[in-house]
Amino acid sequence: MSVENEGYLTIEELKAAGQYPSGARFQEGPVAVIECVQEIPCNPCETACRFGAIRVGEPITNLPKADEGKCTGCGLCVARCPGLAIFIVDKTYGEGLGAVSFPYEYFPLPSEGDEVTAVDRAGRGVCAGTVVKILAPESFDRTPVVTVAVPVGKAEDVRGIERAGQAGGQS
Amino acid sequence: MAQNKWEVVVVGGGPAGLSAAIEAAKSGCRTLVVDANETAGGQLFKQIHKFFGSSAHRAGVRGIDIGGELLAECEKQGVEVWLNSVAIGLFKEKTVAVERGFDNGAKSVVVLEADRIVLASGASENAVRFRGWTLPGVMGAGAAQTMINVNRVLPGKNVLMIGSGNVGLIVSYQLMQAGADVKALVEAAPKIGGYAVHASKIARAGVPIHTGHTVLEARGDRRVEEADICAVDEKWQPLLETKKTLAVDTVTIAAGLKPLVELAMMHDCQMMFHPVLGGWAPLHDAKMETTSPGIYVAGDISGVEEANTALEEGKLAGISAAESLGKIGEADADRIRSEIWGRLDGLRLGPHGVMRMQAKSEQIDHYKSAQSA
Repeated sequence: MSVENEGYLTIEELKAAGQYPSGARFQEGPVAVIECVQEIPCNPCETACRFGAIRVGEPITNLPKADEGKCTGCGLCVARCPGLAIFIVDKTYGEGLGAVSFPYEYFPLPSEGDEVTAVDRAGRGVCAGTVVKILAPESFDRTPVVTVAVPVGKAEDVRGIERAGQAGGQS
Repeated sequence: MAQNKWEVVVVGGGPAGLSAAIEAAKSGCRTLVVDANETAGGQLFKQIHKFFGSSAHRAGVRGIDIGGELLAECEKQGVEVWLNSVAIGLFKEKTVAVERGFDNGAKSVVVLEADRIVLASGASENAVRFRGWTLPGVMGAGAAQTMINVNRVLPGKNVLMIGSGNVGLIVSYQLMQAGADVKALVEAAPKIGGYAVHASKIARAGVPIHTGHTVLEARGDRRVEEADICAVDEKWQPLLETKKTLAVDTVTIAAGLKPLVELAMMHDCQMMFHPVLGGWAPLHDAKMETTSPGIYVAGDISGVEEANTALEEGKLAGISAAESLGKIGEADADRIRSEIWGRLDGLRLGPHGVMRMQAKSEQIDHYKSAQSA
């Protein structure tokens, strides 16, 4: 797996792990994508979800299973995941636009309206994006969740943004 | 002098030592923690990330916040904590020599008599030797983490990280949070050692992770200015033709940890070498008692793991010490211990955990054969 060598997952690896929402579910609106494919002892995502859409169970090394029918894409799980491995992908955000929400624990925080370079799982710049929402309530415990609007065709690839002052992405 | 006589003396105020002290004090033991640092908490106050684990037991809480909770609980339970105080000797009849530090900077050596002793001294970082490794700017990843998260000083702007265990991955992330750039992470093994989610965090932040690579040399006038990395072959020998030079001012080494066992060795605790646990560690039973009766171990000294297991092992040691002093009944102690073991077993599952689970049970098996020999 590329995640064991280069450190990042591919969509194929996520699908193979049974961790990827269906195409039909993506068309219905925002949905959580849980990019956690290694059995580690961790389960806060399970209690984070108010809709019972994430199941870890016993033992706690089980991989989280998301029920895409129950998931509303609310994003409460995003800041709770200690591995920062949950994203909300909305392929119905607007005309030709998708939106991706991700945890962002760097300074300075971007501002809503900022034009940014959106990066993929490997940190490569893939397109321009606009920061459309930043949530950082106390309950997120210092893990702000940033939402960036990008061309809908890039919504499954974008997983973050270039940090301010970051010298280019990974080549 | 009453101050030099304690029911339980805990050496080391990290997660294991503090949780041992809390459990012992809760059961009514007069308990002292001796810690070499300015504040107790061990490595917890530099763990600014959210911890894994079970949401029933503080998973998702940042280490720094767990440290604060433990210190508050120690105070509530009446645990005495001596800071800037180094345990310099552990002798027969359970006496501990401590170079005690005082608030005004004065130091004096005192010899403590303890009914029970919990050794929770933690672990130290392994070094990697390469040309230029003594240049300023080459440091342990743990040292860099202390600089950024405790002292709020950036060790450098452009970093080369050596090692892809969780320490290397997490400290890389935190160096970027502190404002540095991590130019590359090299790992000699063919696969990343730490958790994939930690690796993914730094990968999407643009850090190239080079498995099958090592550091060859760091160069610079008075401090690191650049470093060479290259691929290694299947026998871990450098392939010089693949050499690449990186402009970095800092090289951080995350090559694993080894248990700090000197005090246990002074007391002739029987030891066992296990590569999975970081090297030599004292044998102990399921109550964390060593082959020297009344001397317990908890946390990384008993085999390098992580903070969650250290917290649980500390509880085992604290409760067992209290039980052996008659402060808590056997049935209660057994019940609590079996709950703790249930959690420890849960933390030692999965591909990263099973090797540790096996190593720990080998330790306990060796303890049993050492006792029956």
